[in-house]
Amino acid sequence: MAAKENNKMTIIATKGTFDWAFPPFIIASTGVAMDKEVTIFFTFYGLNLLLKDTSKLRVSPIGNPSMPMKMPFGPKWLQKIDFGPKLPNLFWQIPGTEWLATYLMKKTMAKHGVAKMEELREMCQEFDVKFIACEMTVELFGFDKADFIDGVEFAGAAMYFDEAASGDHHLYM
Amino acid sequence: MADETLDASGLNCPLPILKTKKALSKMDAGKILDVISTDAGSVKDIEAFCNQTGNKLISTTEDGGKYIFTIEKV
Repeated sequence: MAAKENNKMTIIATKGTFDWAFPPFIIASTGVAMDKEVTIFFTFYGLNLLLKDTSKLRVSPIGNPSMPMKMPFGPKWLQKIDFGPKLPNLFWQIPGTEWLATYLMKKTMAKHGVAKMEELREMCQEFDVKFIACEMTVELFGFDKADFIDGVEFAGAAMYFDEAASGDHHLYM
Repeated sequence: MADETLDASGLNCPLPILKTKKALSKMDAGKILDVISTDAGSVKDIEAFCNQTGNKLISTTEDGGKYIFTIEKV
């Protein structure tokens, strides 16, 4: 189909936890699949989503009271229990619990046929989603550019505006 | 009869849409693609996808939790 006018979409991705890695890549990949031209501007903690090694991304149940926590395996009665409201924040300060919560979320996602974050990211790149990493925050946090995946452009806020100028669909995540 | 069939069973949003897009991009205009999905959300999603991309949704059928979408590529 011929390119439509105003078919540009931009996303500002600011969060770097395992759970929040998904929305930008889901929306961006779906956007390009639906003939949008998509740019994601990664800034602050969102830069973590561009790392080659994403194994350190975690979901934190601390200060995350709406996060349902159900077991992805085990007997049915156990899987029905929502541990989220039952466990005090204090519990999640025990070393290893954040790793556990991340592990269980990954298991739950796999069980539900949700794509892996890396798979969505690869699809975005295959569909030509433009990834821009905020140069200022790359420097600020001491990221090494060699640690980022290929195909990332490094630029500033002005380039974001240049990308956003021709569209009317802009999301902050 | 479909020219191509894509089995997206067991996959969840947005994978059925992404795989449909990929499958269609490899096909010639006028060819027919059948997409099989078990994701109930894909009923509305495939419809929206076709609306936006101009591909023609010829039919949607459901058979015991399996959805079959027949799409004609534009």
